[in-house]
Amino acid sequence: MEGMMKKINVIFSLLLTVSMIASVFGQTRKETKLAAGASSVAAAAAPVETLIKNATIMTASHGTINNGSILIRNGKIAEIGPNLKPRDANARIIDATGKYVTPGIIDCHSHTGVDGNVNEGSLSVTSMVRIRDVIDPYSTSIYRELAGGTTTANVLHGSANSIGGQNAVLKWKIGKPVDEWFVPDAPPGIKFALGENPKRSNNQGLPPATARRYPATRMGVEETIREAFIKAKDYMREWQEYDAKKATDKHAIPPRRDLMLDALVEILQGKRFVHSHSYRDDEILMLLNLSDELGFHVQTLQHVLEGYKVAKEMAAHKTGGSTFSDWWAYKLEAYDAIPYNAALMASRGVIVSMNSDSDELARRLYLEAAKAMKYGGVAEQDALRMVTLNPAIQLGIDKHVGSIDVGKDADLVIFSQHPFSVYTVPEMTMIEGEIYFDRNEDLKQREALKREKAELIKRERDQRGGARPPRNERPDEPQPRPNESPRPNGTEPQR
Amino acid sequence: MKMKRVLPVPLIVIAVLCASALFGLISGSASAQGPAETYAIRNARIVTVTGPIIENGTVVIANGRISAVGAGVPVPSGAKIIDAKGLSVYPGMIDADTEIGLTEIGSVAGSVDTNEIGDNNANIHVDVAIRPDSSHIAVTRVNGITTAVSAPRGGLIAGQSAILNLDGWTPREMIVKSPAAMHVNWPGGGGGRGEFGGFGQQRSVAELRREQDRQIENLKKILHDAAAYGDAKDARAKDPALPKQDVDLKLEALIPVVRGQMPVVINVSMERDIRAVIAFASEMKLKVIISGGIEAYKVADQLKARNIPVIVGPVLRMPAREDDPYDAAFTNAGLLSKAGVKIAFQTNDSAYSRNLPYHAGMAAAFGLPKDEALKAVTIYPAEIFGIADRVGSVEQGKIANLIVTDGDPLEIRTQIKHVFIAGRDIPLTSRHTELYEKYKARP
Repeated sequence: MEGMMKKINVIFSLLLTVSMIASVFGQTRKETKLAAGASSVAAAAAPVETLIKNATIMTASHGTINNGSILIRNGKIAEIGPNLKPRDANARIIDATGKYVTPGIIDCHSHTGVDGNVNEGSLSVTSMVRIRDVIDPYSTSIYRELAGGTTTANVLHGSANSIGGQNAVLKWKIGKPVDEWFVPDAPPGIKFALGENPKRSNNQGLPPATARRYPATRMGVEETIREAFIKAKDYMREWQEYDAKKATDKHAIPPRRDLMLDALVEILQGKRFVHSHSYRDDEILMLLNLSDELGFHVQTLQHVLEGYKVAKEMAAHKTGGSTFSDWWAYKLEAYDAIPYNAALMASRGVIVSMNSDSDELARRLYLEAAKAMKYGGVAEQDALRMVTLNPAIQLGIDKHVGSIDVGKDADLVIFSQHPFSVYTVPEMTMIEGEIYFDRNEDLKQREALKREKAELIKRERDQRGGARPPRNERPDEPQPRPNESPRPNGTEPQR
Repeated sequence: MKMKRVLPVPLIVIAVLCASALFGLISGSASAQGPAETYAIRNARIVTVTGPIIENGTVVIANGRISAVGAGVPVPSGAKIIDAKGLSVYPGMIDADTEIGLTEIGSVAGSVDTNEIGDNNANIHVDVAIRPDSSHIAVTRVNGITTAVSAPRGGLIAGQSAILNLDGWTPREMIVKSPAAMHVNWPGGGGGRGEFGGFGQQRSVAELRREQDRQIENLKKILHDAAAYGDAKDARAKDPALPKQDVDLKLEALIPVVRGQMPVVINVSMERDIRAVIAFASEMKLKVIISGGIEAYKVADQLKARNIPVIVGPVLRMPAREDDPYDAAFTNAGLLSKAGVKIAFQTNDSAYSRNLPYHAGMAAAFGLPKDEALKAVTIYPAEIFGIADRVGSVEQGKIANLIVTDGDPLEIRTQIKHVFIAGRDIPLTSRHTELYEKYKARP
């Protein structure tokens, strides 16, 4: 038994190694393939026109249009106006009388669909690992997020490491091959993390390999990042010298390729966005100052619960803040978190988004935006921007998504009522003009799904000659589940 | 022999300094007031909850109570007048299962007093561990929650809860009812608590089921013991000649439970376990309240038939199962209500108790009538815990727990203009507003 387990383990780690090597070597190849895939999607998507009419349109860019129409052609918003007519006789017409339309919700901090652990927690610098290689398109959460109007996500590595892995910016196009999910020209990004999580200070009870490790202080976190970038700068210079030499010297020897440092060089060259998990004002200032010293830009601070204390410095660095609406008190560094954070940062000129960091919360970010109005009196459109246009800007994809403007992707949500009302229900979610969630269809399918499930169970039983399947294979009975907490009770999940 | 651990004095000083640095920096709760004054809230839309809405009325508050409500109510001389033109008066909301006062910072063990060690903690009661200066209290009440059930969490029998008004100089001043109920974590099926598993504990379903059955038997045995203990105690009270009984505080605490005098709140989630709880309650003749109950809607008819109320929540969570409809957690309350089951809402939290109205609101978005949603955060929890004669509605004679709002308190954008707790006009400040004001003023 034990021997067999060992064998399985060996096979598993072999497979893992093979797939890691494959992903490393496939890096450039995959990128090309992706671009090709993306263009084929655009060609295939939404051949007919779609007209949404009689809606209250909250554009997120230029105010609210009452009783308006949106004409969608080839997955893009073709026209917005009071009384539009489709060209195509077979156009899909959606009457949205009494309903509200917003841009698709964008979640600037997600771990949805990450297959397995979100942390490669064995080192404190893991800039070589890539979230895009481990997206599980069958995660149930994805459909549930679509049902909450969320169309796009910044899927991040966890926060166990000072410098974590590379992100993936994608749209929840369930049913399509995963390669078609990635927003094609989204600037690549990477997760950094400061404070308690990379310090590993809340990890008693975790497996020993990840429980304790350098760094264990905020000072050590700074040094870890500095050291990594100093190495990266040397490495970058070696390549520059080599590139200069190779034109004249055909015997020039290239430096040894280092995938960890490659990603850091991209940051130094402004080609890769830093999204840094952070809580306290001191660590925020540390990173901003360090970025000045080393010569890189911090695109966003994530969580940034004390951002309101240093919003001036953030604005001066043109660093965005992507925060929770009202999380606090789950750990010491979250004790000064206040729900006015978004409003205060915004008032100082910081571009602010509200994120979920949670598959569950990602289903109702439209209500999180309303909290910016409640706490600090943010204007309605500015609040809506915090879950649409602002995260798009932070992710560098605002030319495609984030607002209802002609030429942008038709990523839209239809709500039964004002999206900031607690009584609203998202009824339809579209990505590039295609319907990925339709509440009416969902309700219609429920009975059929129930019957299908019963049928599957029956077939399973029949196959076993009438004998009941073992307990853990009876899908009609509840299984003991691990504790599913909707909130980070106690310690924050290692994110 | 008793062991005493003595800390060196400097360490104690450091500990105290640290503690005050942690919690004392900004109290956010300098609001426990002096004696209550007389107030008249005029020109208000009064949502009484138990009676019709009064479109343009007056609420008079005196001696901490609601002394008059109505359209033509005279204003007593000397009353402080609050003009509520364009505003509404609602009863303060009640969060029916929380950890308020027992916890401050989740990851800081020293600030958390929710979980006691051991299976049977029937004798512990939260009223001795409530921290009136907890920053969570002010943060919660400024969003219109004036009252909360605060319950212990650990073990099979977790202990006794208290119902607290969220203002007071001492725990005793805050208490509306203590003990309020006995709290039990149904083995293997708790509302996120009392479950098996964790790191390194990979056990088969069969093993887990055996463990669950063993624990249910254990619970049954404890309750039988308590009944026998109570009978023996009564017998000896009548006949002092009977042999002296050893005192067992845990069994002592369970006597009112097994006699159906004290309600038992059972944390339980899944259909199968809820069915087991219903059967258990009948067999043991317990007055049961279900807490959590994510799949209670599947057993709604049985719950209705036995008059078992459900404290639903948190609503803002994922469905229990992978193949559940995406909105299963949102529709639960509406389906229960439709079947006639009495419901209340809970956050099952402390820091996020302020979001109670949005749990109710989400349930209303997905099928629960709006007025039922409001009742489920006001009068229904009061009824479930037997305090409806004192709180839960805007009625003459009740404790003056009221909120004045510019709209529906279940809506996020609504602003709370006044919070009255036991007749005191509570300042709308908290740790959060104080930090906000401080940093808003940063040059």
